[in-house]
Amino acid sequence: MARAAAARPLDTPPPLPLLPKRRGIELALLVGAVLISVCGYVVVGLTRWHALPGGAVRYGAGLGALALLAHLAVRFRAPYADPLLLPTAVLLNGIGLVLIFRLDLDTPGNHAAPTQLVWSTVGFLLFIGVVVLLDDHRTLQRYAARCAGLALLLMAAPILFPAVNGAKIWIRLAGFSIQPGEFAKVLITVFFAAYLAANRGVLARTGRSMGRLRLPAGRVLGPVVAIWLVSVAVLVLERDLGTSLLFFGLFVVLLYVATGRTGWIAVGLLLAGIGAAAVGTLEPHVHSRVEDWQHPFAGIAAGQGPGQLAQSLFAFAAGGMFGTGLGQGHSYLIGFAMKSDFILATFGEELGLAGLTALFLLYALLVARGYRAALGLRDPFGSLLAVGLAALPALQVFVIAGGVMGLIPLTGMAMPFLAQGGSSVVTNWIIVALLLRISNRARTPRAAAGGPGSGGRAGAEAGSAGAGTGGTASGPPPHAADHRPVDEAVGEAVGEAVNEAARDGRSRARGLAGQDTFFGAGSWVVGFLKPTASPSRSRPPSAPPPASAPPPAPADEASSPEAGR
Amino acid sequence: MIRCIRHTAAFSFLLLVAVLVNAARVQIFETEHYGTSPANRRTSIARYEQPRGALLVAGRPVTGSRDSGGRLRYERSYTDGPLYAPVTGYSSQIYGTSLLESAEDGVLSGADDRLATFPWWDRLTGTHRPGGRVHTTINPRMQRAAFDGLGDKKGAVAAIEPRTGRVLALVSTPSYDPGELSGNGTAVGAAWRRLNGAERRPMLNRALGETYPPGSTFKVVTAAAALESGKVTDIDAPTDSPDPYPLPGTATRLGNAAKGCADAPLKDAFRASCNTVFARLGAEVGLRDMAGTARKFGFNDRGLRIPSPVAPSNFDTRMDPSQVALSAIGQYDTAATPLQMAMVSAVVANGGRLAPPYLVDKVTDARGVLIEDGPHLPARQAIGPVTAQQLQDMMVDVVEHGSGRRAAVKGATVGGKTGTAQHGVHNEGLPYAWFISWARAKDSYEPAVAVAVVVEDAAAERADISGGGNAAPIAQAVMAAALG
Repeated sequence: MARAAAARPLDTPPPLPLLPKRRGIELALLVGAVLISVCGYVVVGLTRWHALPGGAVRYGAGLGALALLAHLAVRFRAPYADPLLLPTAVLLNGIGLVLIFRLDLDTPGNHAAPTQLVWSTVGFLLFIGVVVLLDDHRTLQRYAARCAGLALLLMAAPILFPAVNGAKIWIRLAGFSIQPGEFAKVLITVFFAAYLAANRGVLARTGRSMGRLRLPAGRVLGPVVAIWLVSVAVLVLERDLGTSLLFFGLFVVLLYVATGRTGWIAVGLLLAGIGAAAVGTLEPHVHSRVEDWQHPFAGIAAGQGPGQLAQSLFAFAAGGMFGTGLGQGHSYLIGFAMKSDFILATFGEELGLAGLTALFLLYALLVARGYRAALGLRDPFGSLLAVGLAALPALQVFVIAGGVMGLIPLTGMAMPFLAQGGSSVVTNWIIVALLLRISNRARTPRAAAGGPGSGGRAGAEAGSAGAGTGGTASGPPPHAADHRPVDEAVGEAVGEAVNEAARDGRSRARGLAGQDTFFGAGSWVVGFLKPTASPSRSRPPSAPPPASAPPPAPADEASSPEAGR
Repeated sequence: MIRCIRHTAAFSFLLLVAVLVNAARVQIFETEHYGTSPANRRTSIARYEQPRGALLVAGRPVTGSRDSGGRLRYERSYTDGPLYAPVTGYSSQIYGTSLLESAEDGVLSGADDRLATFPWWDRLTGTHRPGGRVHTTINPRMQRAAFDGLGDKKGAVAAIEPRTGRVLALVSTPSYDPGELSGNGTAVGAAWRRLNGAERRPMLNRALGETYPPGSTFKVVTAAAALESGKVTDIDAPTDSPDPYPLPGTATRLGNAAKGCADAPLKDAFRASCNTVFARLGAEVGLRDMAGTARKFGFNDRGLRIPSPVAPSNFDTRMDPSQVALSAIGQYDTAATPLQMAMVSAVVANGGRLAPPYLVDKVTDARGVLIEDGPHLPARQAIGPVTAQQLQDMMVDVVEHGSGRRAAVKGATVGGKTGTAQHGVHNEGLPYAWFISWARAKDSYEPAVAVAVVVEDAAAERADISGGGNAAPIAQAVMAAALG
């Protein structure tokens, strides 16, 4: 876009740097992610055989090639996409492969890494497919109803298949086992987002007041609650409690974001409490999980030896601060599900609290970039979809990490990207691809959509400057507008920045933009730790919009109770 | 909507914090608690991940490690299991450790911080240190002589170096191979049950862990008490002793197996082992002085560790005069471990000074760097040197002219005392044959060895089971090995 400005008159000041698409940074980070994964692979080999593992080069080359392909797809099809999403996902997937490879060494009869590698490849390819084929996430809005139908179908399908380990969540076809519930997560999110985006105004405005709470009207909520009830019922029938918990959390989060009603949180918590109490006491499978959680060492006292959760806690405790070192732990004592639900225990034991913290921060990064994309979008569907897709891994990590570490009752669920399980990896890659698509839309400068011009360029520049110093300069992160006019907050931020740039000269803007290159990764924390730092959120737009920006706020936004976004 | 998205982000951040705080709880604060749980197999896995340090006899390892290839990788092996079992004990992956394997476990398993230059660094990095080496004081030739001497008889031998307290031999028969208990398979469980259920109790360490009535060998202590208290000043002067001797306050009359005990001088009574003389002397010395002398020799010491724990030898401290009289001839409740009786002999040989016995000469790390020298506990004066000299004369007399002739070693001065102890209700059990002795080379002032031998109820004629017949030859062999 800004390249078009090359044809500037001779007497204009020195040119602004081109708006960074940051694909170079993405590539550099990708190289780092692949190298870290290969290092993990090599360390395992050195620890176990005191020699380089034979497949290290192949593994590195394979992962690198896939990452490069994905990068190229992003570079050509989504050039403004968030540069952190893909490297984070590649690193997580690489670490997961290393962990499974490492656990395979302790289970000589059962090698899961090759299969996982195949599934990861499928995931990469699907990622590329989504990035290449899906031009605009809003296309999905049109398929919302079909998504809901397909999701229900997918969730219901395993009922026809025999239960595996007490849960009917598998479809076994021609030697492959698929967990359709994983795919259903994305479809349901799409449906929720589309439905809530279409009806958020109605949902927010109708309903009864109860004190400060405004309860939503049942009428508009009917379809959503119905879908949700059906999905939860199906899941309870299939005894896949982790996923039903996840759906429930997702549902509440999206409702809250769509309507801005705290009443939803109250309703959600109430429903969750009733549901948890009912299921916890009535369903024996769940009841035993709760018992396990309350008394993880009951099995030892009863003379039956430590249970799975106790073994998992032992593994984490054995890791301590820095861990035993990759390949040197004894997490195989966990036994069943050590490569899937309990894979985090291996990570915690061998890399310690330090490694675990880093891992959680990686997930946090992924999630935060998702929220960031949501903040940058102008269309409610996109925002809701991004929030949902970001909340999915956030909730999932919490549920499973909290479960295996004794924080909450254990529910079977895959650690995103880490755990063994093809459906999960593939789904996570699709989630990342969608987030990347959305972030591309969110970060595409207005000027790219509109015509070239110094005002637009300056606005976009200042917008990303705001991102770099999110905590201090302006609250809302950068979002150059897409097809729609700039809204209030952005308009003001951009306007302020433009004014400032006009006063202080352009070098300042350039400096900030440069900073963004380095601090962009960390800015989100500051951004949401100081949400009140934005002066623009609570008051109506007053600053003059940039020269080329059209007037702000379409009518439906302004009239909404949450118009102060 | 932005506000709500921010709230959602903040909520996600809260979840992250919750998970991290919980991770810190499990990984930092509960580490100790979870790590030491007996159900956590990591402790055992780490413990057996590397070969266990060796126990050495005269510089040669008597233990090894065998790679089992299992999850608990290295199992203990013993080069000469039955011979050294009373020294080493066992190290089992199921049943734990005993004796030296237990007492020096920290060094042998590598857990001892003294093995590391920077213990905190090893803890931080989780480094496993190779196990250290424990050098014992055992003399292999004496150990072998004692073991062969006992043969298939039930009994025990303890030998110590009187001046230093070094334990030179520690034998208990019948013995067992501790290597049978090393692993964790079903065979180990079967061996454990078989050994523990065996009638002859092979796993009992008779040299340290079992107390026997010492019988006449205790007369050394009684004689010492009589001389120290001044009840006897001249060992060649006749004592005023009736034969038979009516136990004070009772109608029971104590007789003698030997003749010529009436009014016999202490030296003659010692040689002939006159019960009447020593019972009367014990009663005359009195409970306080008898118990005091016994304590100085090491009786009633509950804390003796060499560093394997030693069963306390007993001399009652609450008795009436008749019980004191019986205790003075090593009967009633008097009971001693073979090691204790070797200490009695050693005190006499060492001029009255008792050097506390010890079994560990030194401890080094895997490369041989010294990390602990043997315990240099100070010797203490148990009885006066003059008393000790008189006792030496009497004990030499026993070997030269009395019941201990079979303990004589050519070219050496040997002192000894035989004993035959009754036991069981109404004394119906087969008696224990005792022999305690010491020896020094003719051209030396320093005693080379003090030995105590006990042989349990060998199925033989009662007259034949005497210290002189059964036990003295074993002591002779051990002393010959020490001198030779």
